[in-house]
Amino acid sequence: MSKEILKKSEVFYEVYERKPGADKLTTTYCPGCGHGIIHKMIAEALEDFGVQDRTIFISPVGCSVFAYYYFHTGNVQVAHGRAPAVATGLKRANPDSIVISYQGDGDLAAIGGLEILHAANRGEGFTVIFVNNAIYGMTGGQMAPTTLIGQTTMTTPRGRDPVNDGYPIRMSEIIATLEAPVYVERVMLSDSKEIMKARAAIRKALKVQIEKNGFAFVEILSPCPSGWKMTPSQAKRWVADVLSKYFPVGVKKDISAEFEGRKKEVKKVSKEEIAKILGIVEAEEVDKRVNKYVDKDVSEEIKVAGFGGQGVLSLGITLAYMGMKHGYKVSWLPSYGPEMRGGTANCHVKISKGSIGSPVVSYPTLLIAMNRPSLDRFENDVVSGGIIVYDNSLIDREPVRSDVTVIPIPATKIADEIGSTKIANMVVVGAIVKYLDLMSVEYIIDSIDQVIKSKKLADMNREAIRKGVEYMTTNYKLG
Amino acid sequence: MGDKKTKGHVVVNIEECKGCGLCVEACPVNVLYQSEKFNTRGYHYAQYKGDGCTGCGICFYSCPEPGAITVFKRWDKITEKRFCKNCDGERFVFTLEDKPGKYFCTACLKEV
Ligand SMILES: Cc1ncc(C[n+]2csc(CCOP(=O)(O)OP(=O)(O)O)c2C)c(N)n1
Ligand code: SF4
Ligand code: SF4
Repeated sequence: MSKEILKKSEVFYEVYERKPGADKLTTTYCPGCGHGIIHKMIAEALEDFGVQDRTIFISPVGCSVFAYYYFHTGNVQVAHGRAPAVATGLKRANPDSIVISYQGDGDLAAIGGLEILHAANRGEGFTVIFVNNAIYGMTGGQMAPTTLIGQTTMTTPRGRDPVNDGYPIRMSEIIATLEAPVYVERVMLSDSKEIMKARAAIRKALKVQIEKNGFAFVEILSPCPSGWKMTPSQAKRWVADVLSKYFPVGVKKDISAEFEGRKKEVKKVSKEEIAKILGIVEAEEVDKRVNKYVDKDVSEEIKVAGFGGQGVLSLGITLAYMGMKHGYKVSWLPSYGPEMRGGTANCHVKISKGSIGSPVVSYPTLLIAMNRPSLDRFENDVVSGGIIVYDNSLIDREPVRSDVTVIPIPATKIADEIGSTKIANMVVVGAIVKYLDLMSVEYIIDSIDQVIKSKKLADMNREAIRKGVEYMTTNYKLG
Repeated sequence: MGDKKTKGHVVVNIEECKGCGLCVEACPVNVLYQSEKFNTRGYHYAQYKGDGCTGCGICFYSCPEPGAITVFKRWDKITEKRFCKNCDGERFVFTLEDKPGKYFCTACLKEV
């Protein structure tokens, strides 16, 4: 505390631009909430240690879900309880980053109970800030694993009863039994003396990460005046007088002095190894036919939809994979119902010269509808000036849109004539690649078995692609 | 504008205060109080009595809002006054190590 001015840390945004509404200067927390105090101490430490630029703050699900409104650091907002898993990935991929897994008690001790145990057990080199307010704050005050015996909450109106609800879980003590954690301490936000101890613990935990890449865990007993139905003043006293009696504060484990540091290593897998693992046959040299497309300015956002079993996912994969082979940036994102076969399925494919920000296609430039429900569902999403390709051997209506190009293809009928309705998807591949002149048809025909592994279908697939091309050349006078 | 004989000084950013009262309760020398007035969001914001602050910083760490409280621990060292265009008047100003050549108003905390 040597600074002469204590003011808002520069690790916070000056104005919370991401926060909706007119008030962009205050947090979303209730008056007297511990989250804000903890945020301030974390921000101050990051500023003092000069690590703001390499910090990634993980916002959990819970009242602190919007922490990324405030922290001017890297930010990831994760699914409920999954912060330690995401932190593991972030830290392993970027060992020099400073990763903070910030979690509530519902998040860390309930839905994410095992996530944290295993991350701690592996001794991952990130810092956990565990905000224990003995309740689910965000959802309106339900029982948490840390709710005290007898404590009334929305879901324990008669008080928590161990026979029905079990006992409050002391996470710090559990974590401290593990081999790998370097530093585990429980602190509380009651009076100013304890707040300064909490501040010291947060700083120490971050140091363990910064200096030794070790796993550190700080549990903070934190007031939730709204959830506890108390005034801020009552709440902070309840922390000391009641909560801390069950959850004693203090250092639970500290091997930081003797801990030599966790090795920082990024396991590098070479391109060749990846290709081998995935069974991708690398082409010896870039094919001349592919080369023709290097300068083509493509930006297609494609949605492929149909019944599960119609091959819509592999239609998408084929386009994306072949696009990649032509030097485009590509993405493929499947989306299917639990039924797998018989249900509906669709996938999102992007093929573009420029880089791709998100793999999600909400407004396709090209819709491939393989059945009627897909046409009904996605027709209106197609951008004006876009293309709708639909299988008119199965779909008994025409698209109604007049601001798009409509291309009917009797794909299933053509496929059936070749010998299997299953290869209707490849008829469409041939047709649209030809129509858009997106890639080399000959190249795709030669290398289709890199994507569709079934040897049985390989010849038929080639035939289907050819038929698709032929259909387009005869009906659309293409070159 | 603060008695220069007292060592510390507190500035409450009225609009960022949520009136929780934690700083008022935490101050060991009782120089903070909750205003009878409301801010625009309907909270009885905290106020500094004007002198007596020791600059201990306890209120800063008890306050949950990042920008609601600023504590000048060495108010006695702040002696220079400049014209602040935001406040439209002469105010004491402070400098920051990482922002050389810039002056900030101790009342509104903005650059003068
Ligand atoms: C997968 C999933 N399950 C349940 C929820 C509902 N939910 C939102 S916040 C929350 C509990 C948060 O409590 P806690 O982690 O203690 O954080 P606090 O809000 O108290 O800070 C729950 C159950 C959700 N968003 N996602
Ligand atoms: S509900 Fe509780 S934890 Fe959530 S912001 Fe309000 S006081 Fe904080
Ligand atoms: S800095 Fe200390 S003495 Fe001054 S107002 Fe804040 S708590 Fe009181």
